Amino acid sequence: MTRKENQAARARAHFPAFDLPAPSPTHAADALTPFHQLIKRLSETYGPSGSEEAVRELARAEIKGLADQIRVDAFGNLIALRKGAGNRRKKIMVTAPLDEPGVMVTFLDARGFARFGMLGAVKPLTLPGARCQFENGVIGVFGRETRGAADTEKDADAFFLDVGATSAQDAPVRIGDAACLVGEFRAAGNLLCGKALSGRARGAILIETLRRLKRATHDVYCVFTVQSQVGARGAGAAAFALQPDYAFVLDATPAQDFPGGDTNLALGKGPAILAQDEKMIASAAARQVLLEATRQTQTPYQIQAHARGGGEGAPIQAAREGTVTGALGLPVRYLHTQSEMVDARDVANIIEILTSVFAAKTL
Amino acid sequence: MLLEKLSNARGVSGDEGAVRALITAHLRKYVDEYRIDALGNVLALKRASRRGASRVPFKLLIAAHMDEVGLLVTHIDRDGALQFEKIGGIDDRVLPAQSVLVGKHATPGVIGLKPRHLTTASERAQVVPADALRIDIGATSREDALRVVAPGAYATFATTFRAFGDNCVRGKALDDRAGCALLCELARENFPFDLYAAFTTQEEIGLRGARVAGHALAPDAALVLEATICDDSPKSREQSPTTRLGAGPALTLADGGLLAHKALARLLAETAQEHKLPFQYKQPLVGGTDAGALHRARAGVPSAVISIPARYIHSPAAVISLDDFGNALKLARAALPRIPDLDF
Repeated sequence: MTRKENQAARARAHFPAFDLPAPSPTHAADALTPFHQLIKRLSETYGPSGSEEAVRELARAEIKGLADQIRVDAFGNLIALRKGAGNRRKKIMVTAPLDEPGVMVTFLDARGFARFGMLGAVKPLTLPGARCQFENGVIGVFGRETRGAADTEKDADAFFLDVGATSAQDAPVRIGDAACLVGEFRAAGNLLCGKALSGRARGAILIETLRRLKRATHDVYCVFTVQSQVGARGAGAAAFALQPDYAFVLDATPAQDFPGGDTNLALGKGPAILAQDEKMIASAAARQVLLEATRQTQTPYQIQAHARGGGEGAPIQAAREGTVTGALGLPVRYLHTQSEMVDARDVANIIEILTSVFAAKTL
Repeated sequence: MLLEKLSNARGVSGDEGAVRALITAHLRKYVDEYRIDALGNVLALKRASRRGASRVPFKLLIAAHMDEVGLLVTHIDRDGALQFEKIGGIDDRVLPAQSVLVGKHATPGVIGLKPRHLTTASERAQVVPADALRIDIGATSREDALRVVAPGAYATFATTFRAFGDNCVRGKALDDRAGCALLCELARENFPFDLYAAFTTQEEIGLRGARVAGHALAPDAALVLEATICDDSPKSREQSPTTRLGAGPALTLADGGLLAHKALARLLAETAQEHKLPFQYKQPLVGGTDAGALHRARAGVPSAVISIPARYIHSPAAVISLDDFGNALKLARAALPRIPDLDF
């Protein structure tokens, strides 16, 4: 190879697009299965905590005909019962959230800029330049004060929302209005990415499990909960009403299989069976049921020894005289951002596991 | 004036007896029955004045908390000075040099601080943490102090209730004796639903009384009457005043523990508009009330909050506007009869 040819080869290596044809796309945009289209619709629907109506209606329409009873409780939880046929049937409750993290307008200044507070665990640092959407379709752009910026990196008070207004009077949003983050759903192979995806993928799991479940042994209550992001407020009320023998919470498990990540939980390696979070030690009996189901279905799983914070398990476990409660986590990268990422194989495996639990002869 | 008596009554969380006595003395004239539960809540029932032939009356719970923030004596030093812990959210900055009343006998005390003459500039730039402060009751030794107080005694701010400015009042514990006074007023009236009036304990340390009251009463809906943050002094940054004094009762859309029931919150706002009563929305997502526990009782209870703006809340001297108080009462009177008709 001459020196010149060598240089050209190196240039190609550094700039592969220079004279090479574009690689054919690995994943065609129209390749979504009907199930993934359902996840996309759920993901892209507006539903911050306290404003779950649209997501609930979508879920309710999807489970029509798949359950023996469907109702909405005083809190707003959507509860679907599929009756079991087993002689020794138990009452099983499974939860997935309807709501997603978002923001709420707390103040409008004279120039029409909004201040906001968090609905759920949205981190201010992920926001500048990102967009949010209100129930009425209004789009807001997040900004951060520049004066004294060094001090305001983490100071939530230094962030604001630009809703395209020129005064408080002409602002298209009002104090108390809630917005969700904006993030289009995308799929790339097994990776699914979108806003609200961690929660809505779990909702889709419940819907798809009901769809595929031919014959349940046990009475299965699928509970699509409200206000999960602001402290698991809906779940405990549902558990009080249902008094289940077993409760399984579908959780979101932060996966950090990325550069500089802290945990060894990963996407695509199966759902995470929770040992404990800060508010609940998962009931041994419930963990055993989940482990047995992974054996039966030969699905991979991970163990989450300790989860930060608390999910929907604690209020369910502590309802009335106590509930045998376990949690199965869907691994998620970039949790509580507009680009939550999950692996379709983990989603499919959770459906397998739940189906196996619901149809198990004994628990 | 009941509000004055309630404000002056001493009732730190866990020690609400004096407030309870005032309230039950008032209530017994107006309600059908009342009881005091294991946590010290006063739970009163005023039955519906009219009831349909077969319809089970709607159960509306209205709650206000009796307790106030204060101090608890934990240890008496050899020299007779009292160590204490804060009960409820008190800013360390408001404590030094305050006059307090300690224990059953309301022994006067002062929270001592080194004289300015003896301090350095850097000492004055720092906040003395509460655990470094002592209450001085003039005792000369531990034995001397033990004659009037013992560890476990509660201390309250010594402020007395006064008229203040333009139809305002100043006093301690207006959070939430203002709500208690409102609820006492409402209990005199007749409503087309079963009114369960809950005067709760231990709100300031985690909504503890309300949690069991909500479970015991199992209401169809709940309304909390509170005194809330009012931070309407000028700011360096244009931001929410939380509420404004005199701008009307404040309605909660969301706070740290509650997303208000939308139809219930809307009903309160629309009623205020229709009756031309001033009202304001409290800055969302800050603070918290008994509704945080009540709405999670049992299988869930639709809940909302009406608050009276109180400047300098959780300090020795809060200020509320009697206009706001009166308008909150008018709003409650007008809105309450409409609540059972909501489609929950």
